[in-house]
Amino acid sequence: MDFGLTEEQLMLQESIGGYLRSACPLDSVREATEVGSTHVPKIAAGLAELGAVGILIPEELGGVGMGFLEAALISEALGSVIAPVSFVASSVMAPVALLGAGSQEQRETWLPRIASGEVIIGVGISEHISRRETDGIFADDDTLTGKAMFVLDGMDADTLLVADNEAQLYLVQASDVTRNKLKTIDRTRSVAEIILDQTSAEILPGSVNNRKHLKDMVNAGRVMLAADTLGAAGTMLEQAIEYAKERRQFNRVIGSFQAVKHMCSEMAADLEPCRSLVWYAAHAIRAIPDEATLMACHAKAHLAETGRFVARKATEVHGGMGFTDLLGLHYWFKRIGFDRQLLGAPEVVREEAAVAQGWI
Amino acid sequence: MDLAYSPEYEQYRMEVRQFLDTNKDQSPPLYGRGNGDGKARDWQKLLIENGYAARTIPKEYGGFGGEPDILKSHIIAEEFASAAVRPGHSGDNRLVPTVLELGTEEQRQWLVPPTVRGDMIWCQGYSEPGSGSDLASLSTRAVIDGDDFVINGQKIWTSGAQHADMIFCLVRTEPDAPKHQGISYLVFSMDTPGIEVRPLVTMTGEATFNEVFFTDVRVPKHQIIGNRGEGWFVANNTLKHEREGLGDPNQAENRFREIVDLMQRETIDSNRLIDNPTYRDRLLSLQGRMLAMKFNGMRVLTSQIKKEEPGLPRWIIKLQGCELNHQMAAMAIDSMGELGILYDDGPYLRDQGRWQQRYMMDLGLIIGGGTAQIQKNMIGERALGLPKEPKFEKPLN
Ligand SMILES: Cc1cc2nc3c(=O)[nH]c(=O)nc-3n(C[C@H](O)[C@H](O)[C@H](O)COP(=O)(O)OP(=O)(O)OC[C@H]3O[C@@H](n4cnc5c(N)ncnc54)[C@H](O)[C@@H]3O)c2cc1C
Ligand SMILES: Cc1cc2nc3c(=O)[nH]c(=O)nc-3n(C[C@H](O)[C@H](O)[C@H](O)COP(=O)(O)OP(=O)(O)OC[C@H]3O[C@@H](n4cnc5c(N)ncnc54)[C@H](O)[C@@H]3O)c2cc1C
Repeated sequence: MDFGLTEEQLMLQESIGGYLRSACPLDSVREATEVGSTHVPKIAAGLAELGAVGILIPEELGGVGMGFLEAALISEALGSVIAPVSFVASSVMAPVALLGAGSQEQRETWLPRIASGEVIIGVGISEHISRRETDGIFADDDTLTGKAMFVLDGMDADTLLVADNEAQLYLVQASDVTRNKLKTIDRTRSVAEIILDQTSAEILPGSVNNRKHLKDMVNAGRVMLAADTLGAAGTMLEQAIEYAKERRQFNRVIGSFQAVKHMCSEMAADLEPCRSLVWYAAHAIRAIPDEATLMACHAKAHLAETGRFVARKATEVHGGMGFTDLLGLHYWFKRIGFDRQLLGAPEVVREEAAVAQGWI
Repeated sequence: MDLAYSPEYEQYRMEVRQFLDTNKDQSPPLYGRGNGDGKARDWQKLLIENGYAARTIPKEYGGFGGEPDILKSHIIAEEFASAAVRPGHSGDNRLVPTVLELGTEEQRQWLVPPTVRGDMIWCQGYSEPGSGSDLASLSTRAVIDGDDFVINGQKIWTSGAQHADMIFCLVRTEPDAPKHQGISYLVFSMDTPGIEVRPLVTMTGEATFNEVFFTDVRVPKHQIIGNRGEGWFVANNTLKHEREGLGDPNQAENRFREIVDLMQRETIDSNRLIDNPTYRDRLLSLQGRMLAMKFNGMRVLTSQIKKEEPGLPRWIIKLQGCELNHQMAAMAIDSMGELGILYDDGPYLRDQGRWQQRYMMDLGLIIGGGTAQIQKNMIGERALGLPKEPKFEKPLN
C-alpha cells in the first residue's frame, strides 16, 4: 500500500514545474493573450522537449509512455502557471482515442507528430455531454455534416477529432472546415465552433458502433481539467497566503486577523484532500477501470466546487487588489471557471456518477 | 501509487475476516456504550489474545505485545468497521499512550493492565467553566500538604465521569509561574473523598458529560505523571492522541453507505428517496467530499508508514471529518422528510433514531476536542505559517 507519488513522479513534477515557473511568468501570459494567442510555441516546444506533450504516447511512437497520474501532474503544473498551451485535448484526449480506436496506420501517422509538437489535435465532442438543438455532427458515407461547439484546443489545432451523433470518432483536417473562435472568460485557452459540410473525414475504426472510446476520452479529459483546477487553485491559495503575510492594515499584517486567517485555513482544508482525489481518479483510469468513470466524475465535480470557493476567497483576501487586472489574479479565477463548465458542469457529472454506480 | 497490499497483509486481512466470521456472535452490540459489563470484557480479552486490541501494548502491561504496524492496525479497523462489529480498545486511547511514554514503571504497572482489560474506566478532567479553548488558563488548584496534593476547584464537560473509576486531571500547582508552566497532570480515583459529580444533560437528552467538583481532595504526591509544572506538555501528548481519533474517514465512509442504504430503502409516493434528483445531487456532493477525505486518509497513512510527517493532510482531518459527519446526518434527516423529526422510540423511527442522535452528537464533536475555530487557527498558524494574533499585555474584560 503506497498512496503517493514515486521518486520518478516527484522528479517529473519538479522538472515540469520548474521549467514552467521560469518559462511562463504572468508577464508572458499577458503578452501572449493580449494578442489573442492561446498557444505559445516557445513554451510548447519546451514542454515537448521535456516529454510532457507525448506523456501518454508509447515510446515506440515517439512519446514517453507514462500514465494518467503523470499526465495529471503535468495538467496541474500547467494550471498553476495558467500556461497558454494546448494539452487536455491534444496531449490527452486525442491520444486516448487514437490508442484505443485508431488503426495501426493512424497511430503511426499521428502520435509521433503529437509527441514532437509538430501537430495539435483539437477535440470536438461536447455535444455528447450537452447538445443544443442546432448542434451535432452526422455522418454520411465518408463525409461529416453539422456543427460542433466548444472544440477544445480548437483554434490552434491542425487536425480535429470529432464524434458523430453515434459517438463514432473521426479525424478531419482543420483546413477543410469553417472554424470560428469563441471568446470565453479564459484567454489562456482556445475553444472553437466548427462547421462541417460534407467534409471528408477518416473514421477511427475501433469506434464503429462502440461508445467506449468516447467515454474513455471524456473520463481522461475530466480528470485533466480537475487537475488543472487543482493547480490553479493551489496558486491562488499560495498567493493569498503570501499577501496576507505582507499586507498591513490597522498596524497589523492582515493574516493576523482571524477573518483572513480562517479564509486561508478553509481554503487549505478544502483543497488539500482534492489532491488525493485527483491522484486516485487519475490512477484509477488504468489501474481500477471499474471505478474510472465514477472517480473521474467526482474529481471533476468536486474540484469545480472547491476551485470556485478558493478562487473567490483568495480574491477576497487581496481586497481591492484582487479585483484588478494589475495583479492578474483574475487569470486563475477565469481558468478555474473555464474548467468548471467544460466537459460537464458539476450537476451534470454528478448525475453521471449516480448512473455509474447504478443508483438510477 | 500502489494500492495493493502485499501478500503478507492480504493474508493478515483474511485472518481478521475469518476471526470475525467465527467469533462475531460473541461481540457486544456495536452501538452500546461502556466497556465494563461482562460481555464487553470477555470480548476485549478475546481480541487482545488474538492481537486485534491493545496490539502494540507490551505483554507485561496486559497488551498483545505486537510490533507497531500501521497497516495492520488499519486493516483491523477496516475489517471491524465493514463487518459492523464493535472494535476492541487500547484501554483509553488518550491515557494509555501517555502513561506508557511519560509515566514511571510503577505507574505503568498500576494503571495500564486494568485499563486495557476494561476494568479501569477513565474520564478526562481538563476543561473548566472559565477555561475551554484557553485551556492553559485553568484554575483548579492543587497545593502540597505533607505527602499529598490537596485539590480544590471545578471541571466541566467531563465525559463519562459518572461511570468512571479514575480521572486524569490538570491542576495548577505553580500559580506564580507563566500559565503554561504551572500545570501538573494528576491521576486519581473517582472514589476519593471530596469529589462530587453532577451529570449534565446534553442536547441529545442524555447525560454524557458532567460537572466535577473538588473540595479538599487529597491525592498522594506520587500520582503525578511527569514532573510538577510539566502537565501542559503531558496533556498535549494526550490531546494529540484524542484529536487523531476525531473525523476518522473510515467512519465517514461507513455512514455514507448507511445513507445510501436508507435512501434506496425508503420511499415517498412510491419513489425511492434516491430517485429524487435534488436529494440525489446533494448525496453525490457529499460522496465527493467523503471520497476526497478517504483518499486523504490513505495519503496520511502512507506518510506514517514511511515515518514522514504528514503535515497539512493530517492537520485538516478533525475540522473536515467532523463537519462531513454532521452534514451527512443532516442529509439523512432531510431526505426522510417528516420522519426525520422522530426521536427516542416509536413504530415509525428509522435506523433506531441514529441520524438525529448523530446530527446532535456530531455537532458536539465539532466543538469538543478543540473547536472548529481553534482548528482553523492551528491550520493557519502551524501549517500555513500565518502570524499569530497580537497578544494583549493584560487580559481584556
Ligand atoms: C469595485 C470597487 C470599486 C471601488 N471604488 C472606490 C472608489 O470609488 N473610491 C475609493 O476611495 N475606493 C474605492 N474602492 C476601494 C475599496 O473601498 C477598498 O478596496 C476596500 O475598502 C478594501 O480595502 P483594500 O482593498 O485596501 O483591502 P485591505 O483593507 O487591504 O483588505 C484586504 C483583506 O483583509 C481584510 N481585512 C482588512 N482589515 C481587516 C480587519 N480589521 N479585520 C478583518 N479583516 C480585515 C479585508 O476584508 C480583505 O479581505 C473600490 C474597490 C472596489 C473593489
Ligand atoms: C461532546 C463534548 C464532550 C467533551 N468532553 C470533554 C471531556 O471529556 N473532558 C474535558 O476536559 N472537556 C470535554 N469537553 C470540553 C471541550 O474540550 C470544550 O467544550 C472545548 O474545548 C471548547 O471550550 P468551551 O466549551 O469552554 O468553549 P469556549 O472556549 O468558551 O468557546 C466558545 C466559542 O468561542 C470560540 N473561541 C474561543 N477561543 C477562540 C479563539 N482563540 N479564536 C477563535 N474563536 C475562539 C470557540 O470556537 C467557540 O465557538 C467536551 C465538549 C463536548 C462538546
